[in-house]
Amino acid sequence: MNRAARLALLLLLTPAAASAAMPLAIQAGILYPVSGPPVREALILIRDGRITFVGPAADRMFSADHQVITAAVVTPGLIDARATVGLSGLLNQPHDQDMLERSAPVQPELRAIDAYNGGDPLVTWVRSLGVTTVNTGHSPGMLVSGQTMVVKTSGSTRDREVLQPAAFITAALGGAGLNRAEGKAPGTRAKAVALLRAELIKAQEYVRQRALTDETKRPARDLRLEALGRALDGSQRLLITAHKAPDILAALRLAKEFNLRIVLDGCADAPLVLEEIRAAGFPVILHPTMARAGEETENLAMDTPAKLAAAGIPFAFQSGYESYVPKTRVVLFEAAVAAGRGLGFERALAGATLEAAKILGVADRIGSVEVGKDADLALFDGDPFEYTTRVTATVINGELFRDGPR
Amino acid sequence: MHFLPASSALLLLACAAPLFAQERPLALTGARIYPIDGEPIADGVLVVHQGKIVAVGAAGKVTVPAGAETRALPPGKVILPGLVDSHSHIGGAQGGDGSGALHPEVRVLDALDARHASIQRAQAGGITTANVMPGSGQLISGQTLYLKLRDGRIIDDLLIRLADGSPAGGLKMANGTNPMRSPGGPFPGTRAKAAAMVRDQFIKAQAYQAKIARAKGDPEKLPARDLGLEMIGEALAGRRVVQFHSHRHDDILTALRLRQEFGFKMVLHHVSEAGKVAPEIAAAGVPASAIVLDSPGGKLEARDLSFDTPAALEKAGAEVGLHSDDPVIDSRHFLRSAAIAVRAGMSRPAALRAVTLANAKMLGLDDRVGTLTAGKDADFIVLSGDPFSVYTQVEETWIEGRRVFDLTDPRDRTYALGGPGAGDPRRTPLCCYTSAWDIILAANGALQQ
Repeated sequence: MNRAARLALLLLLTPAAASAAMPLAIQAGILYPVSGPPVREALILIRDGRITFVGPAADRMFSADHQVITAAVVTPGLIDARATVGLSGLLNQPHDQDMLERSAPVQPELRAIDAYNGGDPLVTWVRSLGVTTVNTGHSPGMLVSGQTMVVKTSGSTRDREVLQPAAFITAALGGAGLNRAEGKAPGTRAKAVALLRAELIKAQEYVRQRALTDETKRPARDLRLEALGRALDGSQRLLITAHKAPDILAALRLAKEFNLRIVLDGCADAPLVLEEIRAAGFPVILHPTMARAGEETENLAMDTPAKLAAAGIPFAFQSGYESYVPKTRVVLFEAAVAAGRGLGFERALAGATLEAAKILGVADRIGSVEVGKDADLALFDGDPFEYTTRVTATVINGELFRDGPR
Repeated sequence: MHFLPASSALLLLACAAPLFAQERPLALTGARIYPIDGEPIADGVLVVHQGKIVAVGAAGKVTVPAGAETRALPPGKVILPGLVDSHSHIGGAQGGDGSGALHPEVRVLDALDARHASIQRAQAGGITTANVMPGSGQLISGQTLYLKLRDGRIIDDLLIRLADGSPAGGLKMANGTNPMRSPGGPFPGTRAKAAAMVRDQFIKAQAYQAKIARAKGDPEKLPARDLGLEMIGEALAGRRVVQFHSHRHDDILTALRLRQEFGFKMVLHHVSEAGKVAPEIAAAGVPASAIVLDSPGGKLEARDLSFDTPAALEKAGAEVGLHSDDPVIDSRHFLRSAAIAVRAGMSRPAALRAVTLANAKMLGLDDRVGTLTAGKDADFIVLSGDPFSVYTQVEETWIEGRRVFDLTDPRDRTYALGGPGAGDPRRTPLCCYTSAWDIILAANGALQQ
């Protein structure tokens, strides 16, 4: 390409780039920053993808180069603390279902980032409903199914969009991690735990030997044991799906034995073992509030979020994994139903924003509307949780997305 | 084990209470009432007696009968007609199997459990009437049942009887990918084959009917009885509405074409792509029962499923209902579907109609249910607030003047919110109780009715 052509191309590309980088001034009838009390008639200024001002609109002038957006209600961009969008595609055909590898029961080396398709319509769909960040990756279904990543929903996997390329290692105890086919393991709950313990012990030994001073005595690199080694030293936490009370207790027992920092996922039976969960100190990424009850999840309840809050257990909302219709749930709706079933507005909003960011370890960047944080916002024309309110726009890294109103 | 005298007294009351529940008229006052067939009434009065609605109107304009029990509801309550769900699979519904694609002789009736937890949860969602159907894995998967979700002991207690005593119900049909399977078996492998198979079956039923007509009752000339053709005959005669599952816009048009050819009464179900053919649906005068899901996708033909469908059908002038498709949408979130339709532009009156009167018409039951009108069944629900708000709870569900759900009752509350026991079948009074405490609880529950 000659120089003139390159220049012409650059000029062609410039408007889009400029629009993405254009500073924004968001005027909110009411802003819920989550990190502090609501602000009426608020102003949020955004430049270079970051929030540069938050406060009453009356307190601050802004320059004419800002694009001005108004909304009745503004919240932090919503965070889906456990999703499969981008791996489990909209069409539900073999070519777009990458959330579960069934070739072996323990495959912690499977990275979400190697499978994530930010261009899947479901990513756009959840964004149109206020979700700006997802912790997405491999679904429950095997004992250790892979990993998750924390990524913005702006559609790609550029560095700015990916907060954590390797967020959690995903494990499942109880029914969700079993393979009941004849001759396959783990076929029972007890076998699953034994298998996982054996793998973790192998990883301990691997880590010890890899650190030997004599290089010749070190074992060859092993991606699987390396990943479990990260779970052991806490640099990549285990996200353990467990619904029945015995499975939740088994997860806590494992954490104690191996001194693991874990996050509990699902937890339909959480109200039956609240004291044990609180004492262990681990957060919960709770099953969707409207999840269907049955088998593993026969005891799930719509007021569990309220019970977790009352017990002082940190928790966040998730969309989880859906195998049929609807192909994904939406944390906006799951948090809304919890808000209406005893949790209340503010706690529900925190569970889909700042609490989620804290559990995912990304609260330094997202989860609240504060100066210096990423400019991720959800804009609404009314109470965000009311069924009849619409999401009018989202902002991700300072870029405006108008997918709706929806 | 022996009973304390007090418990025995309670037990007697428990037996006696239901007998007397209908004797006195009941007037509920102070609520905002949506009669559906008229404007909302800000300060309304609803009078029911012996299972029927006696009067509905504004305070001061309704004469409360002498001797009526009057319940003044706290401020802010809302009364709606009992919700009608035009498409549900509660009660353990089953239909045809994998042995074939055409099962008109199969009855969902033979699979249902009146005490199934899903029926209790539907009550908690405010549903009082439901079209319980077999699935969509066959071209014709069987006969559906229109049920009143009464607290029955056996399924017969939930049936709605037609004038001739037969239970009310429809015929479930489906097109698109669900009833298609890989070639070689008894299932169609393509859409055109599916339509041809249905046409073939309906032509056989026409011939069967003609033979019966020609026989003029002569046993010598009557054809051998065929349960399947008999049922299709009921559809052809307009006695049984075809409840037709169809997602893609071209599949919807195929269903309309079949109806035009054979002249049966039909309701379209799911209609994911109805927005693309809304004028055609409206012009055909065929009602459509839409589903509103939290996301599109999950299968190819639901790719373009949209919140906008009910609004698009309303704008086109079609009769539009909504359904739960429970377990696809839990019955407890049925009203939410109406609210999401409003979110996407449906009018509030049309959205309320879509979960009451429109569905009642689709089942041919609008003379009995679907509105709060004097003379209709006393099926109504009491809400804590606006029908479309996430902060609103269904507090009470009444069927034919009897309260079948009460949020303040611990057992009902479990069905409403979930938790241990929410998946268990409803326990029948005076059956299967294991402790004196259970009997006291049962007596208490009966007394509250």
